[in-house]
Amino acid sequence: MDHIVIDRITKSFGAFRALDDVFIRIAKGAIHAILGENGAGKTTLMNILYGLYKPDEGQILLNGRPLRMSSPADAISHGIGMIHQHFMLVNSLTVTENVVLGLEGGLRGVDYAAHEKRIRELAKSVGFDIEPAAEVWTLPMGMRQRVEILKALYRKADVLILDEPTSVLAPSEIGSFLESLKTLRAKNHTILFITHKLEEVMHVADRVTVMRHGKVTDEVDAAETTPRELAQRMVGRDVIMNLKRVKSAPGEVILKAEKLVATDDRGVRALDALSFELRAGEVFGITGVDGNGQRELSEVIAGLRPLDSGHIMASGRDIGPLDVKRRKDEAGIGFVPEDRQHTGLVLDYPVATNFILRDYDRQPASRHGLLDFKYMARNAADLVKRYDVRLRSPQQPVRFLSGGNQQKVILAREIEAKPKILVIMQACKGLDVGAIEFVQNTIFELKASGVGVLYISTELEHVLDIADRIGVMYRGRITGTLLPQEATSERLGELMAGVASEVV
Amino acid sequence: MVRVVQFLFVTKTIWAVVLALLVGSILMLSAGVNPLYAYASLFGGAFFDYYGFGATLVKFSPILLAGLAVAIPLRGGLFNVGAEGQIYMGALFCAIAALYLPEFYWPLHLLVCALAGALGGAFWAAIAGYLKAYRGINEVIVTLLLNYVGINIVSYAAGGPMIEEGAPYPYSPEIPSSLFLPHIMLPTDAHAGALVGVLLAVILAFVLKYTTFGFALTTVGSNPQAAKYAGIHVQRQMVVTMALGGALAGLGGAFEILGVKYRLFHMFSPGYGFDGIVVAFMAGANPILVPIAALFFSGLRSGAQFMQRASGVDSTVIDAIQGLVVIFVAASLAIRFGESRWGKLLAQRRALDDQLTPLEKKNA
Repeated sequence: MDHIVIDRITKSFGAFRALDDVFIRIAKGAIHAILGENGAGKTTLMNILYGLYKPDEGQILLNGRPLRMSSPADAISHGIGMIHQHFMLVNSLTVTENVVLGLEGGLRGVDYAAHEKRIRELAKSVGFDIEPAAEVWTLPMGMRQRVEILKALYRKADVLILDEPTSVLAPSEIGSFLESLKTLRAKNHTILFITHKLEEVMHVADRVTVMRHGKVTDEVDAAETTPRELAQRMVGRDVIMNLKRVKSAPGEVILKAEKLVATDDRGVRALDALSFELRAGEVFGITGVDGNGQRELSEVIAGLRPLDSGHIMASGRDIGPLDVKRRKDEAGIGFVPEDRQHTGLVLDYPVATNFILRDYDRQPASRHGLLDFKYMARNAADLVKRYDVRLRSPQQPVRFLSGGNQQKVILAREIEAKPKILVIMQACKGLDVGAIEFVQNTIFELKASGVGVLYISTELEHVLDIADRIGVMYRGRITGTLLPQEATSERLGELMAGVASEVV
Repeated sequence: MVRVVQFLFVTKTIWAVVLALLVGSILMLSAGVNPLYAYASLFGGAFFDYYGFGATLVKFSPILLAGLAVAIPLRGGLFNVGAEGQIYMGALFCAIAALYLPEFYWPLHLLVCALAGALGGAFWAAIAGYLKAYRGINEVIVTLLLNYVGINIVSYAAGGPMIEEGAPYPYSPEIPSSLFLPHIMLPTDAHAGALVGVLLAVILAFVLKYTTFGFALTTVGSNPQAAKYAGIHVQRQMVVTMALGGALAGLGGAFEILGVKYRLFHMFSPGYGFDGIVVAFMAGANPILVPIAALFFSGLRSGAQFMQRASGVDSTVIDAIQGLVVIFVAASLAIRFGESRWGKLLAQRRALDDQLTPLEKKNA
């Protein structure tokens, strides 16, 4: 018996089609994983299930009956509970208080003793070792997540939606979390598990739906598939050689990474003895499932994240001790960061000011500690024209530019600094076709002029389009390096799922 | 119509003050006094009476510098609520330099005393800046609590090691008369500190807008992550920003010693540092507007006596009005144009206008 049927749902945001005719059947008492890259539409789908968005077309059937929801409150009343990636807990309150918070009771007093007793029983019945009287801030992340689950269960939810539940957990917590999902399944709860981590899917899911670009590309029983096959479906593209690709003869090695080790913001190891070489006039693409250390790699090279061990050599010089500024000025490392709105630009500053963001304290942008506004205006007019940035005035805050034009501002700034090495992270994310083409052509020009480009992206087709070699990252390592013509979706899928050692 | 609402919005701080004064007039009416008469005597006394204006300027100097001491860190993304303590530490350092350094060529000695005050305030604020930048401790709490530490250190110094022999309550000996700040409106107590404050406000406005130092400071405030990417030492900049704010408040404290009190008294400041917070917010953290807000606030404080004498309203009503100004200004800051109902309605209207214009053209 299908517990939930997602019946041909379509949802668009403006011209962007986030979900396209999605049809998924979810059995009662099963763990159903929805697997896909970032931007595949998973979160949109879950928000529809939870009543946060309304679908443009299609409907949701719960136990065979169409479901009409206009808010999360309706979803809860139908027994659908959602556990968000970021917990919605009040840290200074106890577990009981958090669970009870928001329950309807009018103006009557809350009987905490009774609630606590029931919560303790509930926790015990699903095998959660949680003390209801503990204050939430004293609990580790894994426990807090269980409090979130208890919140949903206490509201009689029999469907649990978990959005990337393991992304906030420490590696040691993941195992027991997955076990707790199995316990919940044994209690006949239906679990929808959104993730992009293959091994977790293989570990607990009964059935897997793979999504890509807002469409369902596959739906299989977990027992009948392999991580390799799933990765292939996520990637889902046969290799087509890009005819625009510019041939160039790579020069000598200008960037050499040796056994890089670094940790992410949560203190978990993100780079694990990673090594590679980049030559002048070459585009080295790095891809992989999001969250395997790509961001940390880019930041380590640019000098924004400390290196725990290993060496980065630029043109034969160890740049480990250099800070961001000296890496740019002395080693010639340009950096287009992943998060253009929060790292690459100061949104409230005018476009002209953003053009000099990384040169503000040097001539010609400033002299004797005074900013040269005339130069800034001239420079801005010049760059706006040459890089075709569409805006009303260079004095306009960069906030009001479209994503593509913001990216052009960053690219213009980094390229005009005449880098020898350019690290580009997720350059095409969220851009329209025209802007993507601009970015790609710019990279080809750089390559032709002898710049070494490290192109890091989870968007495989863009990497395949422009890279001369492709390295695949998995858990902080490069599991394999391929030439574009070797990069079949099968081979890439293997490397992305970390099964390199079995086949090499 | 849109213009009018936008104008009202831009000047929202002024409307907040007007509202506070209106509510204040209700208080006066309830005390049986004509509010127009009371306000006329308040502002007439504070701004249009020679002696009254002199008294206003005496309060203007520390309130202005405290306002700048809050405004500059605000631009750098930090909230300094410790100007009061920084005023006290500045006064302490200044008094020590004035009393214990051997007398020498006076302009230089005066400068050294003023700088000692700035150093004291800078040191006090830098503690909070350091703890915020390198230990992640909330600067609001640290600066707030350091106020009490600073005030009590001065009470101890003025009542203990620095006390004048035979003094009836805690104060230090008088500083050498060669160190007295020049007066600007004899015979009132108004001193050169007010002019220095205005000059500093102008200089700081220039520094924030036109120098690389100001660029680094405001970039850290607007987007610390981008600042790091731009090669700015974010943590160091935070300490420096905080110290600069503290230096301004410390200078205000030094001017109290050099220009008004001539001794280190315990509990000498009636909360100038806290007035500075309101002033900074009224001015929208813009240094060039801080003197205007500070002048208004010091006028309220000094005009209170005039009002009491002329109309019999208790000067505590002024305390209430000051409180009302704080509340209304704080409330007005919460109104964001884009997010407000008005903003949304106007955006809708504009969108509709844009749709209609081509139609009209077609019809015409």
